[in-house]
Amino acid sequence: MNDDAMNKNTKGDVDIAVRSRLAFSSNAMQALYRLLAATLLCAVLASLSDVFLTENNILNVLRQTALLFLMASGLTLVILTAGLDLSVGANIALSACLSASVMKATGSASLGVATGIGCGTFIGLANGVLVTALRIPSFIATYGVMWMLTGLTYFYMGGETIHGFPPAFRQLGSGYLLGIPMPVYVMVLFLAIGTFFAQRTIWGQQVYAIGANPVAARLSGVPVHSRLVLVYTVSGAMAGLASLIILARINSAEGDIGENLTLPAIAAVLVGGTSLFGGSGTVMGTLIGALILTLVLNGMNLLQINASWQPLVTGVIVLVAVWISTLTRQSGE
Amino acid sequence: MNAEGVRSPTLFELRGISKEFPGVKALDDVSFEIRAGEVHTLVGENGAGKSTLMKVLCGAYRADRGSFFHHGRQVAIADPVDARKFGIAVIFQEFTLVPYLDIAKNIFLGREIRGPLPGLVDQRRIHAEAKRVLDAIGFDINPYIQVHKLGVAQQQMVEIAKALSQDARILVMDEPTAALSDRETELLFTMIGRLKTNGVAIVYISHRLAEVFALADRITVLRDGRKVATVLPAETTPDQLVALMVGRSVDTTYARPPRPHAGKVVLEVKGLGAPSGIANINLTVRAGEIVGLSGLVGSGRTEVARAIFGADRISSGEIRLFGERITGSTQDSTSRGMALIPENRKTQGLALARSVGDNVILAGLRKLFPSGIFAPGKAIQAARAIIAKLRIATPSVHRAVGTLSGGNQQKVVIGKWLNARARFFIFDEPTRGIDVGAKAEIFRLLDRLVHDGAAVLMISSEQIEIVHVCDRAYVMRSGRIVGELARDELTEANIVGLAVHR
Repeated sequence: MNDDAMNKNTKGDVDIAVRSRLAFSSNAMQALYRLLAATLLCAVLASLSDVFLTENNILNVLRQTALLFLMASGLTLVILTAGLDLSVGANIALSACLSASVMKATGSASLGVATGIGCGTFIGLANGVLVTALRIPSFIATYGVMWMLTGLTYFYMGGETIHGFPPAFRQLGSGYLLGIPMPVYVMVLFLAIGTFFAQRTIWGQQVYAIGANPVAARLSGVPVHSRLVLVYTVSGAMAGLASLIILARINSAEGDIGENLTLPAIAAVLVGGTSLFGGSGTVMGTLIGALILTLVLNGMNLLQINASWQPLVTGVIVLVAVWISTLTRQSGE
Repeated sequence: MNAEGVRSPTLFELRGISKEFPGVKALDDVSFEIRAGEVHTLVGENGAGKSTLMKVLCGAYRADRGSFFHHGRQVAIADPVDARKFGIAVIFQEFTLVPYLDIAKNIFLGREIRGPLPGLVDQRRIHAEAKRVLDAIGFDINPYIQVHKLGVAQQQMVEIAKALSQDARILVMDEPTAALSDRETELLFTMIGRLKTNGVAIVYISHRLAEVFALADRITVLRDGRKVATVLPAETTPDQLVALMVGRSVDTTYARPPRPHAGKVVLEVKGLGAPSGIANINLTVRAGEIVGLSGLVGSGRTEVARAIFGADRISSGEIRLFGERITGSTQDSTSRGMALIPENRKTQGLALARSVGDNVILAGLRKLFPSGIFAPGKAIQAARAIIAKLRIATPSVHRAVGTLSGGNQQKVVIGKWLNARARFFIFDEPTRGIDVGAKAEIFRLLDRLVHDGAAVLMISSEQIEIVHVCDRAYVMRSGRIVGELARDELTEANIVGLAVHR
């Protein structure tokens, strides 16, 4: 096979140009652009609204960002392998409802936590098995699982609402430590763990390699299936964790608790600069993505813009962010 | 050789073309002339400027300096649309056909003949029209067949038919035989002959000198972006051509120092069979020797390599590496020191979008970082050591591997396994698409590997490589090993004799 650039058709060339970055410096640049955008956004909102810079509002933004980040962090790893997890929201619903009923029955916060995380992890593991052992494309596998989980949750709850959880548990969502909401600590913890995993472990390196070329990764001795099972399991576990924080915050569980959560989580990952084609992106980027989305929605609330506009604005941000990623990746060539 | 071709009028001419990229002078005052009914071959090492020149010709690049003449009249080529206007078409290696459309619809893709109702295609007419185009090039096939059912060679012919149906008068073919079997190559050559008599001009790029001599009416040699010479095949020899390409004499392609005696058995395969179509494979490879695995394309060589490496499931037999039985996963075989340099480095060997450094360290992560904790600084250091050792030409360890030349990409794949400290290497067509200079370098590398006590199993479709590089060789036919040739029996005639059906 000839390797002169000639026989690559132009599509191939663009593809390489878009995705071939010095993985390291490009990621740093991407994060910088986004941080800049977030800062700019803050400046604009501060000048338009007196409420924006109040302590209450800032803590509120941080808490929302934390929740969105936790849902999106595990998903980031899945997307790095060029996969997708559409079951995040449905996973959160089932995990939250099971956890709620366990707590209601036993009164034990720790049993509730174990149930939520255990349920989420198990669902993630199931996704991983479907994608690897049964070789179902992740989009379809997790799409099917999403429907099944939603059905299970409705069946289990039967239209009931469970509310009133132990105070110790509620601290997880509503508590403060040194004046900062608890979820923010959880966010920082998992940002550190996620970044360490992705950048500083050989498993993380293998995840990037799988996203870039699964065939070459396998022929280089990377246990592709185990790594895929791992990232789907982590995504499920993070959904389980997020379900607990939601539960602790709103102090009640209903069957539809996970509705409208999956797509914002995917938006946070994309706005954060992770490529849907796999192999490029960072957990830190996802945090910034979650922050940008939260800031925009917060700003719209403060400026009393009709909430019906929010999905439209989110869509525009996702498109603009992905478009900018494409541009910056190309111009770096 | 074709005197008529040489006399025929100039169809298109590039004069004094220069093209610079940041830091590289890709083309320097190159002139190139294309005559109707002539095969003009373009040879040169990778990076010599062949591709750039052809991209200028087909409008993908704009030349910095230089002019174009169509039938002696000065014209401008600013984009691919201009080029097409002058009948210039490129047959890409990676085809642009739509797999689930039939042949006729592919040929007329985007130029469908309208039917009586708006929005509908006149099925009968495009198939009749396609049949006419296919007949004209002597390709006897039903235009209703879907393209994904065709072999590579047939798809190539559909590409050619498509170009001709768009009134192409100049066809650029870049390594068209790279993926073809000998028989398919013959068919292609017959077709090229027919195109010539119809007055079509062909620019033919190839690394295979035998093909160049079989086809060319004229040969232009590029080196480092300059035109070195345009010669007639009758007035030159392969050796002289190679000397022109590399600027020095390369009898040394296959020259090798004497090998030490083979040592202990490294790989032992007994009764191996696999669903991929191989059966009862027995072979051994010892430390310090290069063993060839020869046979025609499709005889099962790659399947044997993949089964040994653990990339494909096996159904019978056993594989022992350093005396221990391996379990048949790529993870197991690589951790025991086995390496596979696959047939297609772009799709199987490398993550093209990732950096040279990322690719080099991928297989050796576990050995480099036994604790599982990854240290970027140490990884880059290890990668730099490999880059230096193999003299990989890359501006930086961070450069995307897809931007390197074929020879250097191949070195990255090999470097990956050196970094993983592999001791048994399977090379599947290691010199495919690699220029003469890089080829010699790859063989020297193989030699160094076995000198240091590693063992090598090498697959090659070029018998001459097997003969000159290997210590002994197995020959395959229809999924089985049909013979083993010791050093003194290793000749092209013996290999071919075993490889073909009698």
